[in-house]
Amino acid sequence: MSDLSDLYQEVILDHNRSPRNFKKIEDANRTANGYNPLCGDHVTLYLKLEDGVICDIGFQGAGCAISKASASIMTASLIGKSVAEAEALFDRVHKMLTGGSSATADAQEMGKLAVLSGVANFPARVKCASLSWHTLRAALKGEQGVTSTE
Amino acid sequence: MKALHELRSMPSRSWLGVSFDVAKIRQDFPILEQRVHGKPLVYLDNAATTQKPQAVIDAIQRYYSQENSNIHRGVHFLSERATEVYEGARLKAQRFLNASSTRETIFVRGTTEGINLVAQSYGRTFLKDGDEIIITAMEHHSNIVPWQILCEQVGARLQVVPINHDGELLLDEYRRLLNERTKLVSVAHVSNALGTINPVKQIIEMAHSYNVPVLVDGAQAAPHMKVDVQELDCDFYVFSGHKLYGPTGIGVLYGKEALLEAMPPYQGGGDMISLVTFEKTHYNILPFKFEAGTPHIAGGIGLGVAIDYLSRVGLEAAGAYEQELLAHATRSLCAIDRLRVIGTAKQKASVLSFVLEGVHPHDIGTILDREGIAIRAGHHCAMPVMQRFGVPATARASFAFYNTKEDVDALVQAMDKVIEVFG
Repeated sequence: MSDLSDLYQEVILDHNRSPRNFKKIEDANRTANGYNPLCGDHVTLYLKLEDGVICDIGFQGAGCAISKASASIMTASLIGKSVAEAEALFDRVHKMLTGGSSATADAQEMGKLAVLSGVANFPARVKCASLSWHTLRAALKGEQGVTSTE
Repeated sequence: MKALHELRSMPSRSWLGVSFDVAKIRQDFPILEQRVHGKPLVYLDNAATTQKPQAVIDAIQRYYSQENSNIHRGVHFLSERATEVYEGARLKAQRFLNASSTRETIFVRGTTEGINLVAQSYGRTFLKDGDEIIITAMEHHSNIVPWQILCEQVGARLQVVPINHDGELLLDEYRRLLNERTKLVSVAHVSNALGTINPVKQIIEMAHSYNVPVLVDGAQAAPHMKVDVQELDCDFYVFSGHKLYGPTGIGVLYGKEALLEAMPPYQGGGDMISLVTFEKTHYNILPFKFEAGTPHIAGGIGLGVAIDYLSRVGLEAAGAYEQELLAHATRSLCAIDRLRVIGTAKQKASVLSFVLEGVHPHDIGTILDREGIAIRAGHHCAMPVMQRFGVPATARASFAFYNTKEDVDALVQAMDKVIEVFG
């Protein structure tokens, strides 16, 4: 049985308490809104892209510890990444969250993002963790409107 | 300290002064025996759906293994038998609500379908551009959206009675909203998100002084208190079987016969007709006019047995016991630092919504789940209520008469775990 401490790891609780990049970026050139209609969690993501590289990123919104920490960890790991790298990261995180890849095998290369791997054992919470990532993908694609987890 | 399951096996009669043999009742619900994540199941999500007594489970099994057949049309033994049991269930539902006849007792899929039926059949026929429909700020989405759809269709307007900070209706505001344009009032008997018991009798009286019919959404009330539609003088009353210890997919719409007679069918198909030609179709008599297609026969039968079960337990005694549980839970949870109860009306039933500062209800839900405790976390299909109280969601414990004081204490103890994780 998966333990609660796999989900609420200290890193996650820390990002929940003091989320990184929890800010609006006034001169963002990509923004996207994400919404989880099941629980009401919502996130707004701000990206500043220069020459295909994420040079600044911020988010605002309200949600549970998992969604907030996931957004915070995501933003922290994306600064300086190219759009292609960010999209590749989305794919890997998505696989990790939905149990499509072995979390332990991936843990090393996933670095700090590996703390999210515990979520895969809590199916009811996968959408909490993936909300900000789906919103990221919408922002990268320049999609308008609200991205829904449903 | 004794383990919870040991405590449960002790006679629980007369705790808190209410005489109610909950230990015996729990034996009727096989699902309550199980362990979840290694802990005894503590099921506190009864406002979402209730568990089923063995009698209901047996009735459904018996129907499919011994009685299964289509109703109202066969000349053979099984069809007659199935019809008899299904129509027997309707009689039980009629008596349960004290409707004056089974013509007023329509089987539907549940509360949601019942409200949609009235909105589309009554609403589209009798409401027009400029008319007004009054609902309240504490309605479930299923008592909001069908009216919004109707408003779009006929050009009517939705008016919303506000609530105070305890989650009680502002009746003066309601009085102000009632006028000659008002053509329908639809109100929850008990709020699913707040637990408030609304003064529906008074609401109905006030509406009737304007000759306005009233629909009462009884989804959260019928399982907890005696409902007498004639005494209330409501025009429509709806409830769901699955919140009343019966199966999902079945519910009852009560409607005054004169209104139902004046309403066109909701759906067309089998069972709702008496004669079909390509030129003209004659509709069946009540209640069949509103029951197109082969119904949920097993569900109806199961609901009938659930009603029998409930009357054996005694709705009055069960309701009083649930009040004691709610009072104990409210007292215990309020003692937790940084915890705020959402919905503090003077008259409440069965529902305890709360938030804990700094911890999202979803996180509370997950941690409680690991302790074997099932609660609901979210907006409870009542987003406007969440907005009114300035919270994105709440954690909600909701009680049934098979819950125990120990269930409540397990909840309170598990909240310590939540606080431990989140510091």
